[in-house]
Amino acid sequence: MSKALKIKNGVDKGLNDLLAYLLQNKDIKGIFALKKMNENGAASYSLMAKVDELKNAAPLHPLMPVNAGKVLSSFSLMEATKEPVAAVLRPCELRAFIELIKRNQGSLDNILLISLTCGGVYPLQSVADGNTKKHLPRYWESLKKAEIDPDIRMTCQSCEHFIPDMADMTIATVGKKDLDKECTILLNTPKGEDYAKDAPGNIVSEEIETPETEKLKKKREEQRKKMLEDLEKDGLGLKALVKTFSACLACHGCSHACPICYCTLCDFDSKTLEYSPQSFISELKQKGGLKVPPDNIFFHLGRMTHMAVSCVNCGMCSDVCPVNIPVATVFSKVGLSLQEEFNYLPGRDVEESVPYGIYKEEEFAEIGEQ
Amino acid sequence: MSNEYIPRIIGFLCNWCSYTGADLAGTARLKIPPSLKVIRVMCSGRIDPLFVLKGFLKGADGIMMMGCHPGDCHYQKGNYNARRRYVMLQNILKTLGLEKERIELRWVSASEAPRYAQVTREFTEKIKKLGSNPTREEIFL
Repeated sequence: MSKALKIKNGVDKGLNDLLAYLLQNKDIKGIFALKKMNENGAASYSLMAKVDELKNAAPLHPLMPVNAGKVLSSFSLMEATKEPVAAVLRPCELRAFIELIKRNQGSLDNILLISLTCGGVYPLQSVADGNTKKHLPRYWESLKKAEIDPDIRMTCQSCEHFIPDMADMTIATVGKKDLDKECTILLNTPKGEDYAKDAPGNIVSEEIETPETEKLKKKREEQRKKMLEDLEKDGLGLKALVKTFSACLACHGCSHACPICYCTLCDFDSKTLEYSPQSFISELKQKGGLKVPPDNIFFHLGRMTHMAVSCVNCGMCSDVCPVNIPVATVFSKVGLSLQEEFNYLPGRDVEESVPYGIYKEEEFAEIGEQ
Repeated sequence: MSNEYIPRIIGFLCNWCSYTGADLAGTARLKIPPSLKVIRVMCSGRIDPLFVLKGFLKGADGIMMMGCHPGDCHYQKGNYNARRRYVMLQNILKTLGLEKERIELRWVSASEAPRYAQVTREFTEKIKKLGSNPTREEIFL
């Protein structure tokens, strides 16, 4: 049981009330949250310092224009933010932020983390199609019933980590039937409790895991199984891999959108792995042909060795892919397998180290000795 | 000259142990198959998984990583890091259904010339059975 703040207002308004309260009465100087940009459902992450600005804030709007973990890292990169900021972000974004902090790419200090039990987000294409507004009522209905909305990202449909791990406050949305009337915000840490102490609303006791969240988790697990089976219907191996990535344009959009790929200059964008003019000719002679630009599978496998163990399964890579390669599915499949191998869950705890660079002397003792 | 198939194997050898071990094996005139093409690295921890992957995708039939026995690393912990990376690489290849058998890690110290010869022989035999790397046939990788 943890403490929870109940606000007698719809979840959108209730949350905005709390954010306004934090700005006016507490030391919070900025709110980092999604803000509506137009009527088509476009939204952008923004920093808001004035209560007036908050009327356009839509922290729960189901869209992820960019993984917020990446943005939070960009303004806490060199040192902690000077002024305290409250950030509203989704669980996978929060986990990405934690993973970045482990890589010295950000700081948790001075940031009040507000997250939610997440119903998923729409693909970015939905904004271009302009039908977000039409679909939104269905999104909220399925959230109340703890069901999967078929319009959300494939990755979200199969995500069972929709309960955040390191948040100071968690907005309960999954399976909350009276979302339109009351807003429940769980206070997970002393910091969260402190900030919510005199906020408008009552403090009650509530459990974050309910039968409804369990139900959604089961459904999402089933969906994940189905998605992986779909991926494997072409079989495994080199031929299948080449087929999956055959449409790749080498735009490297997946790596630019990935919150874990933080390197300023990626090996694959640098001169290090660039083909010299001679290499084209020599490979042509040896093999009788090559894909240009070259190193298609190498790029994806190479990126996997670098970040798959920390993959938070946010789905940005698939979403930005211009040729609809199921990048996120392949990466989450590999990621899950690696995470199981090293008993690691990305973003679970900021104190936990990334599995590479640390070791135990006694582990894998049989390797190399045959 | 026989028409025997000689696989092309890349060996990443640590300067402080297996590279010297290979040297010793040569001086001792031990029989070593001509399949292993040696690249010297300063530590098995220097072997970036990208090196291995690149070799693998460019059609090397096998890739051998060699380093000091655990606890003996010249830089204290390089081989432990290499071991984790090796596990990671094997896991990725296995998950995607690629031939993880073509990549191997062996600890060989500077004095273990017979072991170096034996490991090379064994790996070469194994790769001979597996045959040529299919990435060599796949043009549009």
